[in-house]
Amino acid sequence: MNRNKIIIKDLNFYYDDKQAIRDLRLNIPANEVFSVIGPANSGITTLLRTLNRLCDLTPGTRIEGEILLDNKNIYSEEISITELRRRVGFVFDVPTPLPMSIFDNVAYGLRLVRRKNKKTPLESVETALRQAALWDEVKERLKSPAMSLSGGQQQRLCLARVLALEPEVVLLDRPCSGLDPISTAKIEESLTELKKQVTIIISPHNTQQAARISDRVAFMLDGRLIEEGANIEVFSSPKDKRTSDYITGRFG
Amino acid sequence: MKKFKEKLSGRIFFILALSTISALVLITIFIFVEGMPLIAEVGLFNFIFGMVWSPSQGHFGIFPMIVGTVSVTFGAALIGIPVGICCSIFMAEFAPARMRSIFRPAIQLLAGIPSVVYGFWGLIYIVPIIRDRLGGPGLSVLAGSVILAIMILPTIISISEVSIMALPRHYKEGALALGMTHWQTIWRVQLPAAKSGIVAGVILGIGRAVGETMVVIMVLGNAVALPESILDPVRTLTTNIGIEMGYAAGKHQQALFATGIVLFILIMILNITAQIITRRKSK
Repeated sequence: MNRNKIIIKDLNFYYDDKQAIRDLRLNIPANEVFSVIGPANSGITTLLRTLNRLCDLTPGTRIEGEILLDNKNIYSEEISITELRRRVGFVFDVPTPLPMSIFDNVAYGLRLVRRKNKKTPLESVETALRQAALWDEVKERLKSPAMSLSGGQQQRLCLARVLALEPEVVLLDRPCSGLDPISTAKIEESLTELKKQVTIIISPHNTQQAARISDRVAFMLDGRLIEEGANIEVFSSPKDKRTSDYITGRFG
Repeated sequence: MKKFKEKLSGRIFFILALSTISALVLITIFIFVEGMPLIAEVGLFNFIFGMVWSPSQGHFGIFPMIVGTVSVTFGAALIGIPVGICCSIFMAEFAPARMRSIFRPAIQLLAGIPSVVYGFWGLIYIVPIIRDRLGGPGLSVLAGSVILAIMILPTIISISEVSIMALPRHYKEGALALGMTHWQTIWRVQLPAAKSGIVAGVILGIGRAVGETMVVIMVLGNAVALPESILDPVRTLTTNIGIEMGYAAGKHQQALFATGIVLFILIMILNITAQIITRRKSK
């Protein structure tokens, strides 16, 4: 197992009075695909949103505990939120292209960052689009609006947009819900390729997907972590009855 | 019986709706019938580009008034648009919910102040300030622009605010998730995306400024001459009608209706443009 990229210590998260995450402890190793599975309303989306502080945007929320990224608490005062969000990218459950061209969608974040390396935007855009397995489909029409792409292509564009910033961690919140099988396969393929460079945390849209792509799997229920382990362990010999009920499709 | 009631109520609403449209049609026909003969007699070019307005001597040129309307409206837009858009950004993005609940009705209230009150206030406060500090008679393009700018604020602010608030949440979250700052998100994503709504609000605001009469009668000075600076008095198309309708008769009256035609077309163009822009957005 690789070193831990993210360490979550005793995390509690509240929306007003409702508690969405309860006493969660979790270590997420670097350069692996980490899946968080569980039925709807288990706190999975909330968990992902706490990892790059998107949860800050929702008014009336409260967080307790610590989340360490490379051993630094991302909720401490000296962390810059914009810097954090560049290091920890987020792909939403619905494709969220910005209202501009395909090229600009990817180049956009880049222009706002002062780059260390001297790559031109075009090179970076191409690299990112290739990593997201979209380049061949769009290379002829980089100037057309992002909205003209299909849903699956839009989602890969959103992945490319995140990758262009060369993040260290990528969070994907049910990125394949509502996508066709081909797009899904392409995204899964690129994730497997990507983990050489980045740590991937995904909420898969079903357990089969989790089994296909993950190195490690965590099962959450009602805001609690029920079980966490290597992919094979969790799926072939779950320790908790609720986990086995869930993965055999008895609920959720 | 029930079916009959349904049908009857449908009819009644239809007739009421029809009466609104027929009012528009009747007014349109009326001003065109009254005004067109004079334009035909004087010639469209001479009417619009004529420099002399002297109805008693048979000179009907409204160019100075067109310049008056355009200059005052332009001035109002120059002041009102930036203030209005900034205010709507503040309301949509920065104001806490409680502050917004005070600001929004306050801005609506601004729209409810009668224009004669604006004009009176302008005459008593703005005009003397301009006269004392900047010179000239005080009754001027500048005075009119300042007050009209305030008057068009509610239109610009409420429409812009609504169109920013109506943006899909994922634009903002997607941009923030890429590590953009709040300001970059507003400036590079939300404003461009809400552009059509904001432009529509601005155009409707400008339409209001073009059509406003009472305020401009009171603070513009109403001289029929091309202004040389923003401190000079001017007369607008609306004031021309408002001031002279009381004693106009015959050709003079026709000329006022003809002024109305020009005004009508100007405002129609603005409103239709605003509608086209909003409709294109919803596609």
